[in-house]
Amino acid sequence: MSGSSGSSGSTGLVVQGLCKAFGARTVVDGVSFRLPPGGSLGVVGESGCGKTTTARMLVGLERPDAGTVHLDGADRSVRPSGRAGRLAHARGVQLVFQDPYLSLDPRITVGGCLDEVLRLHFGWDRERRRRRVAELLDQVGLGEREAAALPRRLSGGQRQRVAIARALAAEPRVLILDEAVAALDVSIQAQILDLLAGIRRASGIAFLFVSHDLAVVRHLTDEVVVLRDGRVVEAGPTPRVLTAPRHPYTRLLLDSVPRRGWDPGRIAEGRASA
Amino acid sequence: MTSALSKTPPAPTPPPGTALLEIDRLSVRLPAGRAARPILDEVSLHVAPGETVGLVGESGSGKSVACRTVLGLLPEGSRAEGQVRVRGRDVLTLDRAALREHRSRRAAMVFQDPRASINPLHRIGEFLTEGLRAAGTPADQAAATAVRLLDAVGIRDPHGALRRRPHEFSGGMLQRVVIAAALAGEPELLVADEPTTALDVTTQAEVIAVLTRLQAERGTGLLFVTHDLELAAAVSDRIYVMYAGRIVETGTTDELFAHPRHPYTAGLLACTPRIDPDAPPPRPIPGRPLSLAEAAPGCGFAARCAFAEDRCSVERPDLRPYGDTLAACLRADEGILS
Repeated sequence: MSGSSGSSGSTGLVVQGLCKAFGARTVVDGVSFRLPPGGSLGVVGESGCGKTTTARMLVGLERPDAGTVHLDGADRSVRPSGRAGRLAHARGVQLVFQDPYLSLDPRITVGGCLDEVLRLHFGWDRERRRRRVAELLDQVGLGEREAAALPRRLSGGQRQRVAIARALAAEPRVLILDEAVAALDVSIQAQILDLLAGIRRASGIAFLFVSHDLAVVRHLTDEVVVLRDGRVVEAGPTPRVLTAPRHPYTRLLLDSVPRRGWDPGRIAEGRASA
Repeated sequence: MTSALSKTPPAPTPPPGTALLEIDRLSVRLPAGRAARPILDEVSLHVAPGETVGLVGESGSGKSVACRTVLGLLPEGSRAEGQVRVRGRDVLTLDRAALREHRSRRAAMVFQDPRASINPLHRIGEFLTEGLRAAGTPADQAAATAVRLLDAVGIRDPHGALRRRPHEFSGGMLQRVVIAAALAGEPELLVADEPTTALDVTTQAEVIAVLTRLQAERGTGLLFVTHDLELAAAVSDRIYVMYAGRIVETGTTDELFAHPRHPYTAGLLACTPRIDPDAPPPRPIPGRPLSLAEAAPGCGFAARCAFAEDRCSVERPDLRPYGDTLAACLRADEGILS
């Protein structure tokens, strides 16, 4: 281990003591975790557990009340100054939202949407950007036909591919996927999960999966943190947490996953004790 | 064993006199104009009294359109052929008065979003009793029934809840209220269209527990519509799998999971992420789910099917028995999935 206790010296995404309250309501309450470079971390919990607010703070869409976020040693908790600073800040961590119907500008073609990101972040000429757009679309399984299309002409799965390509265009070190496959049909969901696994292998980008779905998390992450009411109640390697949970709430979440021979009646009892 | 060449396959009907719900070769299409397209093609399914039947499909499969016909609800301007019989009476031919009677006494429905099912301005008590009051139940008796139902679905302080309004309840609690309202008329048949899709997992488990317990206690037949095969398997005795406006396979839950005969069923099973430690990673199905209007004239799944032959996209497969299941696949008897 290379001394990873000091946040400035350690690589990857290091989150320490993150807190956020909206009015009198504390939504995130001292959340800490580390996502190593190229790693894959699941953040699981139910609605209101603070997982989305945590994700938004990591990207910079919300300011933490307390706590720090470091990416490869650089402090992300301080607001960047100047255009170059903001761009560099944005490039490091990119976010893919749940709803591909809402996260794309309906007036801009798919190709234009990717080109915009390249224009913002890289000083490339038109030809170089055109090649890169084609490359990015190819990486997510889309072609020239989709490049010329407006988002409304695409299916939900295709739109989510575009959203992923747009995030990749910035060449981030961390990709945050906030319920990114939750709105998709299950046969499409598996395609996107497959695509993401491939991207992770090929690119070395670290993934942070924010999800309520333990089965998805099981297949895509190495480590997992379980959030409840804004706090981490359990953290560890995904296989261990999902097979031998130590916290009663993790057990409750696991018991709640429907399967054959499932006894939902037991869960009410579990909830009382968790 | 039916000859594989016989022209008219046996209609998948229940033993005579046992069915509560029989959807019989139901086809629905939107006629005329630019929206003209078929939605359902000869869908047949049945539910026995007290039985839980799952109807599983992805977007565009027609599962919601199919289950809503049970309440006499059809997409605007659509034309239906075939029958939807509840206790032998065809719902599609009922007049307004008979339909109202049908909806208040025989069949009830629970939709996905409880907030869209309840008037936000009315108190929970009004929502629960309006059907009973309309059917002539005296006010005090209707209120007593409402309290009993709220108690049965696990709402704390049912008396106080009658006076509260929908926004004071969480999604899970509100869905319990909707279930209570659906059961108020003591229907023989409950149709639940994705009733827990909008809920958290632990809440989903609780709502399903309430639903299945009450259904068992009252002997209500339940048609459970979902996109979630694992959830359908957890609650259902039998399952129908729909794709592109048709039933492609049906059988008991155990049989369907152990020996799927239709490549789509097998594909759905393989692409669903599982929590079990030894489960393989989800295997995607190429392409995207199609609606009936988009699909080829033959098998709707042919374009995505790894086993498709030329004839599959031309020749429409009928549902035929294979062992204890029915499957609509031209190659189902070739053992392609084993």
